[in-house]
Amino acid sequence: MIRVSAVYLLAGLVFGAIAVFTALDRGAPKRWNNTAFWALFATSFLIGDRLGDLGNGLLVLAMVAIGGLGLGARAPVTGDADAREASAARWGDRLFLPVLVVPVTTLLGTLIFPHIRLAGAPLVEVKQVTVISMGLGVTLALMTAMIMLRPPLGAPVREARRLMDSVGWAAILPQLLAALGAVFALAGVGHAVGDLIGRWLPIDSRLAVVATYCVGMALFTMIMGNAFAAFPVLTAGVGAPLIVGKFGGDAAIMGALGMLSGYCGTLMTPMASHNIIPTALLELRPGAVIGVQAPTAVAVLIGNIALMYLLVFKV
Amino acid sequence: MLSLLGIPVVLIGLMARFNPIVVVTVAALVTGVGGGLSPLLIVSTLGKAFNDARYISVVFLILPVIGLLERAGLQARARARIARLRSVTVGGLLTSYLAARQLSAALGLLSLGGQAAMVRPLIAPMAEGADEVRDGPADGERRGLIRAHAAAADNIGAFFGEDIFIALGSVLLIQAVLEQNHLSAQPLRVALWAIPTALIAFIIHAARLRLLDRRLQRTAPPGDPS
Repeated sequence: MIRVSAVYLLAGLVFGAIAVFTALDRGAPKRWNNTAFWALFATSFLIGDRLGDLGNGLLVLAMVAIGGLGLGARAPVTGDADAREASAARWGDRLFLPVLVVPVTTLLGTLIFPHIRLAGAPLVEVKQVTVISMGLGVTLALMTAMIMLRPPLGAPVREARRLMDSVGWAAILPQLLAALGAVFALAGVGHAVGDLIGRWLPIDSRLAVVATYCVGMALFTMIMGNAFAAFPVLTAGVGAPLIVGKFGGDAAIMGALGMLSGYCGTLMTPMASHNIIPTALLELRPGAVIGVQAPTAVAVLIGNIALMYLLVFKV
Repeated sequence: MLSLLGIPVVLIGLMARFNPIVVVTVAALVTGVGGGLSPLLIVSTLGKAFNDARYISVVFLILPVIGLLERAGLQARARARIARLRSVTVGGLLTSYLAARQLSAALGLLSLGGQAAMVRPLIAPMAEGADEVRDGPADGERRGLIRAHAAAADNIGAFFGEDIFIALGSVLLIQAVLEQNHLSAQPLRVALWAIPTALIAFIIHAARLRLLDRRLQRTAPPGDPS
Protein backbone atom coordinates (compact mmCIF):
# COMPACT_ATOMS: atom_id res chain seq x y z
CA MET A 1 0.00 0.00 0.00
CA ILE A 2 1.26 3.48 -0.89
CA ARG A 3 1.14 5.61 2.22
CA VAL A 4 1.37 9.34 2.71
CA SER A 5 4.89 8.75 4.06
CA ALA A 6 6.03 8.26 0.44
CA VAL A 7 4.99 11.85 -0.31
CA TYR A 8 6.72 13.06 2.87
CA LEU A 9 9.88 11.27 1.73
CA LEU A 10 9.69 13.17 -1.57
CA ALA A 11 9.15 16.48 0.24
CA GLY A 12 12.05 15.69 2.58
CA LEU A 13 14.33 15.06 -0.40
CA VAL A 14 13.31 18.34 -2.08
CA PHE A 15 13.86 20.41 1.09
CA GLY A 16 17.10 18.52 1.80
CA ALA A 17 18.37 19.31 -1.70
CA ILE A 18 17.44 22.98 -1.20
CA ALA A 19 19.49 22.97 2.03
CA VAL A 20 22.51 21.41 0.26
CA PHE A 21 22.35 23.90 -2.65
CA THR A 22 22.15 26.75 -0.13
CA ALA A 23 25.13 25.47 1.82
CA LEU A 24 27.17 25.25 -1.40
CA ASP A 25 26.26 28.80 -2.48
CA ARG A 26 29.01 30.98 -1.01
CA GLY A 27 27.29 34.26 -1.85
CA ALA A 28 23.87 33.33 -0.45
CA PRO A 29 22.46 35.96 1.92
CA LYS A 30 22.17 34.51 5.46
CA ARG A 31 23.59 31.33 4.02
CA TRP A 32 23.74 29.25 7.21
CA ASN A 33 20.38 30.41 8.58
CA ASN A 34 18.70 29.28 5.37
CA THR A 35 20.69 26.05 5.25
CA ALA A 36 19.74 25.13 8.82
CA PHE A 37 16.09 26.12 8.35
CA TRP A 38 15.53 24.01 5.23
CA ALA A 39 17.60 21.13 6.65
CA LEU A 40 15.36 21.03 9.73
CA PHE A 41 12.23 21.14 7.57
CA ALA A 42 13.67 18.23 5.55
CA THR A 43 14.34 16.36 8.80
CA SER A 44 10.73 16.81 9.85
CA PHE A 45 9.51 15.26 6.60
CA LEU A 46 12.09 12.47 6.49
CA ILE A 47 12.09 11.21 10.09
CA GLY A 48 9.37 13.21 11.86
CA ASP A 49 7.53 10.03 12.83
CA ARG A 50 10.61 8.68 14.61
CA LEU A 51 11.57 11.84 16.51
CA GLY A 52 8.87 11.52 19.17
CA ASP A 53 6.59 14.38 20.23
CA LEU A 54 9.20 16.15 22.32
CA GLY A 55 11.83 15.77 19.57
CA ASN A 56 9.43 17.30 17.05
CA GLY A 57 8.64 20.08 19.51
CA LEU A 58 12.31 20.94 19.88
CA LEU A 59 12.68 20.86 16.09
CA VAL A 60 9.80 23.36 15.81
CA LEU A 61 11.37 25.66 18.41
CA ALA A 62 14.70 25.53 16.56
CA MET A 63 13.03 26.41 13.23
CA VAL A 64 11.14 29.29 14.85
CA ALA A 65 14.35 30.59 16.43
CA ILE A 66 16.21 30.51 13.11
CA GLY A 67 13.24 32.00 11.22
CA GLY A 68 12.99 34.71 13.89
CA LEU A 69 16.65 35.61 13.40
CA GLY A 70 15.87 36.11 9.73
CA LEU A 71 16.28 34.25 6.46
CA GLY A 72 17.81 35.58 3.26
CA ALA A 73 16.41 35.67 -0.26
CA ARG A 74 17.91 36.62 -3.59
CA ALA A 75 16.35 38.68 -6.32
CA PRO A 76 13.17 36.77 -7.09
CA VAL A 77 13.26 36.66 -10.90
CA THR A 78 14.89 33.76 -12.71
CA GLY A 79 17.37 34.14 -15.59
CA ASP A 80 17.15 37.05 -18.02
CA ALA A 81 13.92 38.34 -19.47
CA ASP A 82 14.96 38.04 -23.12
CA ALA A 83 15.76 34.35 -22.79
CA ARG A 84 12.38 33.80 -21.14
CA GLU A 85 10.51 35.64 -23.89
CA ALA A 86 12.37 33.62 -26.54
CA SER A 87 11.61 30.38 -24.76
CA ALA A 88 7.96 31.39 -24.31
CA ALA A 89 7.69 32.06 -28.05
CA ARG A 90 9.35 28.73 -28.83
CA TRP A 91 7.22 26.54 -26.58
CA GLY A 92 3.95 28.45 -26.84
CA ASP A 93 0.94 26.92 -25.14
CA ARG A 94 2.77 23.66 -24.52
CA LEU A 95 4.21 25.38 -21.44
CA PHE A 96 0.79 25.09 -19.81
CA LEU A 97 0.76 21.30 -20.12
CA PRO A 98 2.87 20.41 -17.04
CA VAL A 99 0.93 22.93 -14.93
CA LEU A 100 -2.30 21.16 -15.79
CA VAL A 101 -0.89 17.68 -15.09
CA VAL A 102 -0.97 18.37 -11.34
CA PRO A 103 -4.66 19.23 -10.83
CA VAL A 104 -5.81 16.60 -13.35
CA THR A 105 -3.78 13.84 -11.67
CA THR A 106 -4.91 14.97 -8.21
CA LEU A 107 -8.50 14.90 -9.34
CA LEU A 108 -8.37 11.54 -11.11
CA GLY A 109 -6.34 9.96 -8.31
CA THR A 110 -8.77 11.16 -5.66
CA LEU A 111 -11.67 9.70 -7.62
CA ILE A 112 -10.08 6.42 -8.77
CA PHE A 113 -7.50 5.28 -6.18
CA PRO A 114 -10.00 4.49 -3.38
CA HIS A 115 -11.54 1.83 -5.65
CA ILE A 116 -8.32 0.03 -6.56
CA ARG A 117 -7.36 -2.90 -4.36
CA LEU A 118 -4.24 -4.99 -4.61
CA ALA A 119 -4.16 -8.42 -2.94
CA GLY A 120 -7.10 -7.45 -0.74
CA ALA A 121 -5.59 -4.20 0.52
CA PRO A 122 -6.31 -0.73 -0.89
CA LEU A 123 -3.59 0.51 -3.26
CA VAL A 124 -3.18 3.80 -1.42
CA GLU A 125 -3.92 5.04 2.11
CA VAL A 126 -7.51 6.11 1.49
CA LYS A 127 -7.63 8.78 4.22
CA GLN A 128 -4.76 10.68 2.56
CA VAL A 129 -5.70 9.97 -1.05
CA THR A 130 -5.72 13.65 -2.09
CA VAL A 131 -2.23 14.30 -0.74
CA ILE A 132 -0.88 11.11 -2.31
CA SER A 133 -2.51 11.90 -5.67
CA MET A 134 -1.01 15.36 -5.58
CA GLY A 135 2.43 13.92 -4.86
CA LEU A 136 2.02 11.67 -7.88
CA GLY A 137 0.78 14.58 -10.00
CA VAL A 138 3.78 16.72 -9.09
CA THR A 139 6.16 13.85 -9.92
CA LEU A 140 4.51 13.34 -13.32
CA ALA A 141 4.52 17.09 -14.01
CA LEU A 142 8.20 17.36 -13.13
CA MET A 143 9.05 14.44 -15.42
CA THR A 144 7.01 16.00 -18.23
CA ALA A 145 8.74 19.35 -17.80
CA MET A 146 12.22 17.77 -17.63
CA ILE A 147 11.69 15.69 -20.78
CA MET A 148 10.12 18.58 -22.66
CA LEU A 149 12.46 21.42 -21.70
CA ARG A 150 15.68 19.46 -21.03
CA PRO A 151 17.04 21.94 -18.48
CA PRO A 152 20.26 21.22 -16.53
CA LEU A 153 19.65 18.48 -13.95
CA GLY A 154 20.11 20.85 -11.02
CA ALA A 155 17.55 23.33 -12.39
CA PRO A 156 14.46 22.02 -10.55
CA VAL A 157 16.22 22.31 -7.18
CA ARG A 158 17.63 25.76 -8.03
CA GLU A 159 14.16 26.93 -9.05
CA ALA A 160 12.53 25.36 -5.98
CA ARG A 161 15.12 27.08 -3.81
CA ARG A 162 14.44 30.45 -5.43
CA LEU A 163 10.70 30.12 -4.80
CA MET A 164 11.01 28.63 -1.29
CA ASP A 165 13.38 31.43 -0.31
CA SER A 166 10.77 33.95 -1.43
CA VAL A 167 8.23 32.16 0.82
CA GLY A 168 10.81 32.02 3.64
CA TRP A 169 9.75 31.40 7.24
CA ALA A 170 6.09 31.69 6.19
CA ALA A 171 6.47 28.13 4.89
CA ILE A 172 5.99 26.68 8.37
CA LEU A 173 3.29 29.09 9.54
CA PRO A 174 0.33 26.93 8.45
CA GLN A 175 1.65 23.93 10.39
CA LEU A 176 2.53 26.16 13.32
CA LEU A 177 -1.03 27.50 13.44
CA ALA A 178 -2.32 23.93 13.58
CA ALA A 179 0.04 23.37 16.51
CA LEU A 180 -1.23 26.54 18.25
CA GLY A 181 -4.75 25.20 17.83
CA ALA A 182 -3.74 21.97 19.57
CA VAL A 183 -2.29 23.88 22.55
CA PHE A 184 -5.41 26.09 22.71
CA ALA A 185 -7.59 22.97 22.81
CA LEU A 186 -5.51 21.29 25.53
CA ALA A 187 -5.40 24.45 27.66
CA GLY A 188 -9.18 24.87 27.45
CA VAL A 189 -9.22 28.20 25.61
CA GLY A 190 -12.50 27.37 23.90
CA HIS A 191 -14.39 26.87 27.16
CA ALA A 192 -12.89 30.02 28.64
CA VAL A 193 -14.02 32.10 25.64
CA GLY A 194 -17.46 30.51 25.70
CA ASP A 195 -17.81 31.29 29.43
CA LEU A 196 -16.69 34.84 28.88
CA ILE A 197 -19.17 35.53 26.10
CA GLY A 198 -22.00 33.82 27.99
CA ARG A 199 -21.29 35.78 31.16
CA TRP A 200 -20.49 39.25 29.89
CA LEU A 201 -22.51 39.88 26.76
CA PRO A 202 -26.15 40.78 27.34
CA ILE A 203 -27.75 38.60 24.72
CA ASP A 204 -31.49 38.81 24.97
CA SER A 205 -32.79 39.45 21.48
CA ARG A 206 -32.67 37.21 18.44
CA LEU A 207 -30.74 39.74 16.39
CA ALA A 208 -28.17 40.26 19.16
CA VAL A 209 -27.59 36.51 19.49
CA VAL A 210 -27.23 36.03 15.74
CA ALA A 211 -24.90 39.02 15.40
CA THR A 212 -22.79 37.89 18.37
CA TYR A 213 -22.42 34.42 16.91
CA CYS A 214 -21.47 35.58 13.39
CA VAL A 215 -19.19 38.45 14.43
CA GLY A 216 -17.69 36.23 17.13
CA MET A 217 -16.93 33.57 14.52
CA ALA A 218 -15.19 36.17 12.33
CA LEU A 219 -13.18 37.70 15.20
CA PHE A 220 -12.15 34.43 16.81
CA THR A 221 -11.17 33.09 13.38
CA MET A 222 -8.99 36.16 12.89
CA ILE A 223 -7.18 35.41 16.16
CA MET A 224 -6.81 31.68 15.48
CA GLY A 225 -6.15 32.02 11.76
CA ASN A 226 -8.61 29.19 11.15
CA ALA A 227 -12.40 28.99 11.13
CA PHE A 228 -12.28 25.30 12.05
CA ALA A 229 -10.79 26.21 15.45
CA ALA A 230 -13.32 28.96 16.11
CA PHE A 231 -16.42 26.97 15.16
CA PRO A 232 -16.53 24.51 18.10
CA VAL A 233 -15.91 27.37 20.58
CA LEU A 234 -18.62 29.74 19.36
CA THR A 235 -21.10 26.96 18.66
CA ALA A 236 -20.78 25.50 22.18
CA GLY A 237 -20.73 28.97 23.79
CA VAL A 238 -23.37 30.88 21.82
CA GLY A 239 -24.89 28.97 18.91
CA ALA A 240 -26.17 25.78 20.54
CA PRO A 241 -27.37 27.17 23.90
CA LEU A 242 -28.88 30.42 22.62
CA ILE A 243 -29.74 30.34 18.90
CA VAL A 244 -31.04 26.77 18.98
CA GLY A 245 -31.67 26.22 22.72
CA LYS A 246 -33.28 29.47 23.80
CA PHE A 247 -34.76 30.78 20.56
CA GLY A 248 -35.48 27.52 18.70
CA GLY A 249 -33.34 28.17 15.62
CA ASP A 250 -32.44 25.61 12.97
CA ALA A 251 -29.10 23.88 13.63
CA ALA A 252 -28.16 23.22 9.98
CA ILE A 253 -28.68 26.85 8.89
CA MET A 254 -26.85 28.13 11.95
CA GLY A 255 -23.91 25.81 11.31
CA ALA A 256 -23.60 26.62 7.62
CA LEU A 257 -23.81 30.40 8.04
CA GLY A 258 -21.68 30.35 11.19
CA MET A 259 -18.81 28.62 9.42
CA LEU A 260 -19.12 30.98 6.44
CA SER A 261 -18.91 33.93 8.85
CA GLY A 262 -15.67 32.42 10.09
CA TYR A 263 -14.35 32.41 6.51
CA CYS A 264 -15.01 36.16 6.40
CA GLY A 265 -12.56 36.36 9.31
CA THR A 266 -10.03 34.18 7.46
CA LEU A 267 -10.06 36.68 4.59
CA MET A 268 -9.07 39.47 6.99
CA THR A 269 -6.39 37.96 9.21
CA PRO A 270 -2.60 38.04 8.82
CA MET A 271 -2.63 34.71 10.73
CA ALA A 272 -4.11 32.65 7.88
CA SER A 273 -1.87 30.73 5.52
CA HIS A 274 -4.33 31.60 2.72
CA ASN A 275 -3.14 35.21 3.00
CA ILE A 276 0.49 34.61 3.99
CA ILE A 277 1.42 32.25 1.16
CA PRO A 278 0.16 34.41 -1.75
CA THR A 279 1.72 37.52 -0.17
CA ALA A 280 5.05 35.69 -0.25
CA LEU A 281 4.58 33.96 -3.62
CA LEU A 282 3.45 37.10 -5.45
CA GLU A 283 6.07 39.31 -3.74
CA LEU A 284 3.46 41.66 -2.29
CA ARG A 285 3.82 44.02 0.64
CA PRO A 286 2.41 42.71 3.96
CA GLY A 287 -1.32 43.29 4.17
CA ALA A 288 -1.86 43.73 0.42
CA VAL A 289 -4.02 40.61 0.02
CA ILE A 290 -6.00 41.28 3.20
CA GLY A 291 -6.59 44.88 2.15
CA VAL A 292 -8.17 43.73 -1.12
CA GLN A 293 -10.25 41.02 0.56
CA ALA A 294 -11.53 42.96 3.58
CA PRO A 295 -14.35 44.96 1.92
CA THR A 296 -15.83 41.79 0.42
CA ALA A 297 -15.39 39.97 3.74
CA VAL A 298 -17.18 42.67 5.75
CA ALA A 299 -20.04 42.88 3.23
CA VAL A 300 -20.49 39.09 3.17
CA LEU A 301 -20.41 39.00 6.98
CA ILE A 302 -23.23 41.54 7.14
CA GLY A 303 -25.07 39.48 4.54
CA ASN A 304 -24.61 36.36 6.68
CA ILE A 305 -26.03 38.05 9.76
CA ALA A 306 -29.04 39.20 7.77
CA LEU A 307 -29.53 35.77 6.19
CA MET A 308 -29.26 33.97 9.51
CA TYR A 309 -31.63 36.38 11.23
CA LEU A 310 -34.18 35.97 8.44
CA LEU A 311 -33.86 32.21 7.97
CA VAL A 312 -32.72 30.44 11.10
CA PHE A 313 -35.92 30.93 13.12
CA LYS A 314 -38.32 30.39 10.20
CA VAL A 315 -37.38 27.23 8.34
CA MET B 1 -9.12 32.14 32.47
CA LEU B 2 -5.32 32.58 32.38
CA SER B 3 -5.29 30.36 29.30
CA LEU B 4 -6.75 33.35 27.42
CA LEU B 5 -3.48 35.26 27.79
CA GLY B 6 -2.31 33.85 24.47
CA ILE B 7 -4.94 35.91 22.62
CA PRO B 8 -3.54 39.37 23.60
CA VAL B 9 -0.08 38.00 22.81
CA VAL B 10 -1.24 37.30 19.25
CA LEU B 11 -2.98 40.67 18.90
CA ILE B 12 -0.13 42.76 20.28
CA GLY B 13 2.52 40.73 18.47
CA LEU B 14 0.84 41.17 15.10
CA MET B 15 0.09 44.83 15.64
CA ALA B 16 3.72 45.44 16.58
CA ARG B 17 4.66 43.59 13.35
CA PHE B 18 6.82 41.01 15.05
CA ASN B 19 7.64 37.91 13.04
CA PRO B 20 4.38 35.87 13.01
CA ILE B 21 6.06 32.50 13.57
CA VAL B 22 7.65 33.88 16.75
CA VAL B 23 4.35 35.46 17.83
CA VAL B 24 2.46 32.20 17.32
CA THR B 25 5.03 30.18 19.24
CA VAL B 26 5.14 32.62 22.17
CA ALA B 27 1.33 32.66 22.22
CA ALA B 28 1.30 28.86 22.40
CA LEU B 29 3.79 28.85 25.29
CA VAL B 30 1.91 31.58 27.20
CA THR B 31 -1.43 29.82 26.65
CA GLY B 32 -0.03 26.50 27.84
CA VAL B 33 1.55 27.96 30.97
CA GLY B 34 -1.60 29.99 31.69
CA GLY B 35 -3.67 26.84 31.29
CA GLY B 36 -1.51 25.01 33.81
CA LEU B 37 0.36 22.74 31.37
CA SER B 38 3.97 21.79 32.03
CA PRO B 39 6.57 23.23 29.63
CA LEU B 40 7.50 19.76 28.43
CA LEU B 41 3.87 18.95 27.66
CA ILE B 42 3.46 22.23 25.75
CA VAL B 43 6.52 21.56 23.59
CA SER B 44 5.42 17.96 22.99
CA THR B 45 1.92 19.10 22.01
CA LEU B 46 3.39 21.61 19.56
CA GLY B 47 5.66 18.93 18.12
CA LYS B 48 2.96 16.30 17.70
CA ALA B 49 0.50 18.70 16.06
CA PHE B 50 3.22 20.12 13.78
CA ASN B 51 4.18 16.62 12.69
CA ASP B 52 0.56 15.58 12.14
CA ALA B 53 -0.02 18.70 10.01
CA ARG B 54 2.79 18.04 7.52
CA TYR B 55 0.24 17.24 4.83
CA ILE B 56 -0.55 21.00 4.63
CA SER B 57 2.96 21.75 3.36
CA VAL B 58 2.90 19.14 0.60
CA VAL B 59 1.53 21.96 -1.57
CA PHE B 60 5.09 23.33 -1.83
CA LEU B 61 6.12 20.27 -3.83
CA ILE B 62 4.66 21.96 -6.89
CA LEU B 63 7.27 24.75 -6.73
CA PRO B 64 10.09 22.89 -8.59
CA VAL B 65 7.69 22.40 -11.53
CA ILE B 66 6.39 25.97 -11.44
CA GLY B 67 9.95 27.31 -11.15
CA LEU B 68 11.17 25.27 -14.12
CA LEU B 69 8.28 26.48 -16.26
CA GLU B 70 8.79 30.09 -15.20
CA ARG B 71 12.42 29.72 -16.24
CA ALA B 72 11.14 28.60 -19.64
CA GLY B 73 8.82 31.62 -19.92
CA LEU B 74 5.50 30.40 -18.52
CA GLN B 75 4.48 33.76 -17.09
CA ALA B 76 5.52 35.57 -20.27
CA ARG B 77 3.39 33.13 -22.27
CA ALA B 78 0.38 33.58 -19.97
CA ARG B 79 0.68 37.35 -20.36
CA ALA B 80 1.00 37.11 -24.14
CA ARG B 81 -1.94 34.71 -24.42
CA ILE B 82 -4.29 37.10 -22.66
CA ALA B 83 -2.89 40.13 -24.48
CA ARG B 84 -4.25 38.68 -27.71
CA LEU B 85 -7.77 38.87 -26.35
CA ARG B 86 -7.94 42.64 -26.42
CA SER B 87 -11.43 42.84 -24.98
CA VAL B 88 -10.53 41.10 -21.70
CA THR B 89 -10.22 43.37 -18.69
CA VAL B 90 -8.52 42.55 -15.38
CA GLY B 91 -11.87 42.55 -13.60
CA GLY B 92 -13.51 40.46 -16.30
CA LEU B 93 -10.76 37.88 -16.21
CA LEU B 94 -10.79 37.64 -12.43
CA THR B 95 -14.60 37.45 -12.33
CA SER B 96 -14.44 34.45 -14.67
CA TYR B 97 -11.80 32.85 -12.46
CA LEU B 98 -13.87 33.60 -9.35
CA ALA B 99 -16.89 31.85 -10.90
CA ALA B 100 -14.83 28.88 -12.07
CA ARG B 101 -13.19 28.56 -8.65
CA GLN B 102 -16.52 28.74 -6.80
CA LEU B 103 -18.18 26.21 -9.08
CA SER B 104 -15.31 23.72 -9.01
CA ALA B 105 -14.99 24.03 -5.21
CA ALA B 106 -18.73 23.44 -4.92
CA LEU B 107 -18.19 20.19 -6.83
CA GLY B 108 -15.42 19.21 -4.42
CA LEU B 109 -12.63 20.06 -6.87
CA LEU B 110 -10.66 22.34 -4.59
CA SER B 111 -7.37 21.04 -5.98
CA LEU B 112 -8.10 22.60 -9.39
CA GLY B 113 -7.04 26.02 -8.11
CA GLY B 114 -4.74 27.42 -5.50
CA GLN B 115 -2.17 30.15 -4.96
CA ALA B 116 0.89 28.06 -5.86
CA ALA B 117 -0.64 25.92 -8.58
CA MET B 118 -2.78 28.48 -10.44
CA VAL B 119 -2.44 32.07 -9.24
CA ARG B 120 1.33 32.52 -9.29
CA PRO B 121 2.01 30.77 -12.63
CA LEU B 122 -1.15 31.65 -14.57
CA ILE B 123 -3.83 33.90 -13.10
CA ALA B 124 -1.62 36.73 -11.80
CA PRO B 125 0.46 37.03 -15.02
CA MET B 126 -2.71 36.85 -17.12
CA ALA B 127 -4.27 39.66 -15.07
CA GLU B 128 -1.11 41.72 -15.47
CA GLY B 129 -1.15 41.00 -19.20
CA ALA B 130 -4.77 42.11 -19.51
CA ASP B 131 -3.86 45.38 -17.83
CA GLU B 132 -0.73 45.93 -19.88
CA VAL B 133 -2.46 45.53 -23.24
CA ARG B 134 -5.03 48.19 -22.32
CA ASP B 135 -3.05 50.61 -20.26
CA GLY B 136 0.63 49.98 -20.97
CA PRO B 137 3.36 48.84 -18.59
CA ALA B 138 2.35 49.19 -14.94
CA ASP B 139 4.33 50.59 -12.03
CA GLY B 140 5.03 48.53 -8.91
CA GLU B 141 2.03 49.68 -6.93
CA ARG B 142 -0.46 49.04 -9.72
CA ARG B 143 1.08 45.66 -10.39
CA GLY B 144 0.83 44.81 -6.67
CA LEU B 145 -2.84 45.75 -6.62
CA ILE B 146 -3.57 43.52 -9.61
CA ARG B 147 -1.67 40.58 -8.13
CA ALA B 148 -3.37 40.99 -4.76
CA HIS B 149 -6.72 40.90 -6.57
CA ALA B 150 -5.69 37.67 -8.32
CA ALA B 151 -4.90 36.09 -4.94
CA ALA B 152 -8.15 37.40 -3.44
CA ALA B 153 -10.28 35.94 -6.26
CA ASP B 154 -8.78 32.51 -5.56
CA ASN B 155 -9.41 32.69 -1.79
CA ILE B 156 -12.92 34.11 -2.05
CA GLY B 157 -13.92 31.60 -4.73
CA ALA B 158 -12.60 28.66 -2.71
CA PHE B 159 -14.06 29.75 0.65
CA PHE B 160 -17.54 30.53 -0.61
CA GLY B 161 -17.74 27.48 -2.85
CA GLU B 162 -16.38 24.61 -0.78
CA ASP B 163 -19.14 24.55 1.83
CA ILE B 164 -21.65 23.60 -0.84
CA PHE B 165 -19.91 20.25 -1.32
CA ILE B 166 -21.15 17.78 1.27
CA ALA B 167 -18.12 15.52 1.51
CA LEU B 168 -15.54 18.21 2.25
CA GLY B 169 -13.97 18.76 5.67
CA SER B 170 -15.99 21.81 6.64
CA VAL B 171 -19.47 20.32 6.24
CA LEU B 172 -18.38 17.20 8.09
CA LEU B 173 -16.84 19.33 10.85
CA ILE B 174 -20.04 21.37 11.19
CA GLN B 175 -22.03 18.17 11.54
CA ALA B 176 -19.61 16.69 14.08
CA VAL B 177 -19.58 19.84 16.24
CA LEU B 178 -23.37 20.07 16.17
CA GLU B 179 -23.55 16.43 17.28
CA GLN B 180 -21.20 17.14 20.19
CA ASN B 181 -23.75 19.73 21.24
CA HIS B 182 -26.57 17.15 20.90
CA LEU B 183 -27.96 18.76 17.75
CA SER B 184 -28.53 16.92 14.52
CA ALA B 185 -28.18 18.30 11.02
CA GLN B 186 -28.07 16.47 7.71
CA PRO B 187 -24.93 17.30 5.68
CA LEU B 188 -27.13 17.93 2.66
CA ARG B 189 -29.07 20.68 4.46
CA VAL B 190 -25.85 22.26 5.78
CA ALA B 191 -24.46 22.30 2.23
CA LEU B 192 -27.73 23.67 0.81
CA TRP B 193 -27.76 26.64 3.19
CA ALA B 194 -24.28 27.61 2.08
CA ILE B 195 -25.69 28.53 -1.34
CA PRO B 196 -27.25 31.93 -0.48
CA THR B 197 -23.95 33.18 0.94
CA ALA B 198 -22.09 31.83 -2.09
CA LEU B 199 -24.35 33.90 -4.36
CA ILE B 200 -24.03 37.02 -2.21
CA ALA B 201 -20.24 36.68 -2.14
CA PHE B 202 -20.11 36.33 -5.92
CA ILE B 203 -22.34 39.34 -6.54
CA ILE B 204 -20.41 41.54 -4.10
CA HIS B 205 -16.99 40.53 -5.33
CA ALA B 206 -17.90 40.71 -9.02
CA ALA B 207 -19.19 44.24 -8.40
CA ARG B 208 -15.91 45.13 -6.71
CA LEU B 209 -13.98 43.75 -9.66
CA ARG B 210 -15.96 46.07 -11.95
CA LEU B 211 -14.96 48.94 -9.72
CA LEU B 212 -11.37 47.72 -9.99
CA ASP B 213 -11.60 47.99 -13.79
CA ARG B 214 -12.85 51.55 -13.50
CA ARG B 215 -10.10 52.43 -11.06
CA LEU B 216 -7.44 50.90 -13.32
CA GLN B 217 -8.78 52.83 -16.29
CA ARG B 218 -8.92 56.08 -14.35
CA THR B 219 -5.39 55.72 -13.00
CA ALA B 220 -3.85 54.40 -16.22
CA PRO B 221 -0.31 55.67 -16.73
CA PRO B 222 0.06 58.48 -19.29
CA GLY B 223 0.88 57.50 -22.86
CA ASP B 224 -1.75 54.78 -22.70
CA PRO B 225 -1.95 52.84 -25.97
CA SER B 226 -5.73 52.26 -26.02
